[in-house]
Amino acid sequence: MNDPLIIIGAGQAADQIVASLAQNGYKAPIVVIGEEPHPPYQRPPLSKKFLAGEMAVDRLYLKPAAFYDKAGASLMLDRRVTNIDRATRTVVTGTDARLNYATLVIATGSRPRRIALPGTDLDGVLYLRTIADVQAIHSRFQPGKRLVIVGGGYIGLELAAVAVKHGLDVTVLEQVPRLMARGVGPVVSNFYARLHARHGVKVHLSTAVTGFEGAGRVERVACADSHHAADLVVIGVGAVPNVELAAQAGLAVDDGIVVDDQCRTADPAVYAIGDCASQMQPLAGRRLRLESVDNALSQAKAAAAAICGRPLPPPQTPWFWSDQYNVKLQMAGLSAGHDEAVVRGDPESGTSFAVFYLRDARLIAVDAVNRVPEFMASRQLIAQAARPPADRLRNEGIAMKDICG
Amino acid sequence: MAKITFREAGGSEHTIEIDNGLSLMEGAVRNMVPGIDADCGGACSCATCMVYVPPEWADRLPAKESSEEAMLQFCPHATAESRLSCQITVSDALDGLRVTVPESQH
Repeated sequence: MNDPLIIIGAGQAADQIVASLAQNGYKAPIVVIGEEPHPPYQRPPLSKKFLAGEMAVDRLYLKPAAFYDKAGASLMLDRRVTNIDRATRTVVTGTDARLNYATLVIATGSRPRRIALPGTDLDGVLYLRTIADVQAIHSRFQPGKRLVIVGGGYIGLELAAVAVKHGLDVTVLEQVPRLMARGVGPVVSNFYARLHARHGVKVHLSTAVTGFEGAGRVERVACADSHHAADLVVIGVGAVPNVELAAQAGLAVDDGIVVDDQCRTADPAVYAIGDCASQMQPLAGRRLRLESVDNALSQAKAAAAAICGRPLPPPQTPWFWSDQYNVKLQMAGLSAGHDEAVVRGDPESGTSFAVFYLRDARLIAVDAVNRVPEFMASRQLIAQAARPPADRLRNEGIAMKDICG
Repeated sequence: MAKITFREAGGSEHTIEIDNGLSLMEGAVRNMVPGIDADCGGACSCATCMVYVPPEWADRLPAKESSEEAMLQFCPHATAESRLSCQITVSDALDGLRVTVPESQH
């Protein structure tokens, strides 16, 4: 009897690898084991349209049930894997059932970084990662309520945009001196600070939270020099990868689960994909863990090709996006290590601009704010290792299409 | 509700019914029409849900916004007939629409 290919995790990476295995003609049975009660669903709308109440739960689901049937995949939902035994090629689930695998794909994703401060256990202090998290936020999401968001990253700011539009009184507390500091350059951070202020969000930078106060229920967020009244607190201070199962199984973990260009671990029967995997990123020149839909899909496609003995798909430029108000932020490449930042357009007074990041004259990343051509052209230029002259990038008189050549 | 036909590059056709309010992309994905990748889930950020719309239908669809127009300019297989199916909201007026799916979205 053929043991199945088991996928631990039922997020976007799991969904894509099922699709890609089917496309590559994979025939053995597939079992997807997910901790949440939902089939694979899209997380990006959770902090946008779904939070805004503009999208029903079933619209989040990535595929119809028939899709998994057709691909030979069974979904085991609401089930937690507690152990991987590589010697016997077995996974153990919470109900103590043991399942043998021929191939194992670890797609366990990441979880919100918890902060260890007094009062995080108070009622009304929440995180945002899952459908259940958003439903908990929703029950308190009423106009006039005071929402304090801890963390000025993508999730916190997307939440702020939806909340202020919904009539909540919104405060964002960010520990470092600028917004989205891990993801974008200072010019973009400053633009977003002004954008949120203009919409009525109170943004406090360089403000470290020291604790949460209230009688059973959160009433205040305490900072070093200030207090902020709150009916609801959402903490969005990054994510940590779910690597414990892999580490317990003796697989190498370096921030994420260490994998090669085929997404394979040192054990040839075990792969890791998505937020939990750490892979060499040629653009950065080092091993990195990327948290994005694009990365989940790319790694799923690569692993599926490797499992089926097909050539790997060509590497793509990593990309990311964030929608806040009616402003579309699209990012491509990895800007770490850039030695020049070139601005096209006017971030001070305009509503659209792009920042190109160059290293040794090579374009390595772009942050595009309401600038689709700059984003799309840069994806191509970055993949080609192009060296577009800075003065041409800066010159709005030259179309991006022409810079692409 | 509209009955819409997706024609694959190879010639196979899929005629499906899509509820009003869903996007053409969502209808295609729910009905497992091959060739609509929709990597970004409908955020008009990836250009992997492109379809070709015949000229006689072009004017009957909701007009392109500037972001869709710009995405299409950089889409590898785009022509003047291309649309991003995530940007087309289905209504009764689309009943009978026939679109073609490109051979690849990349």
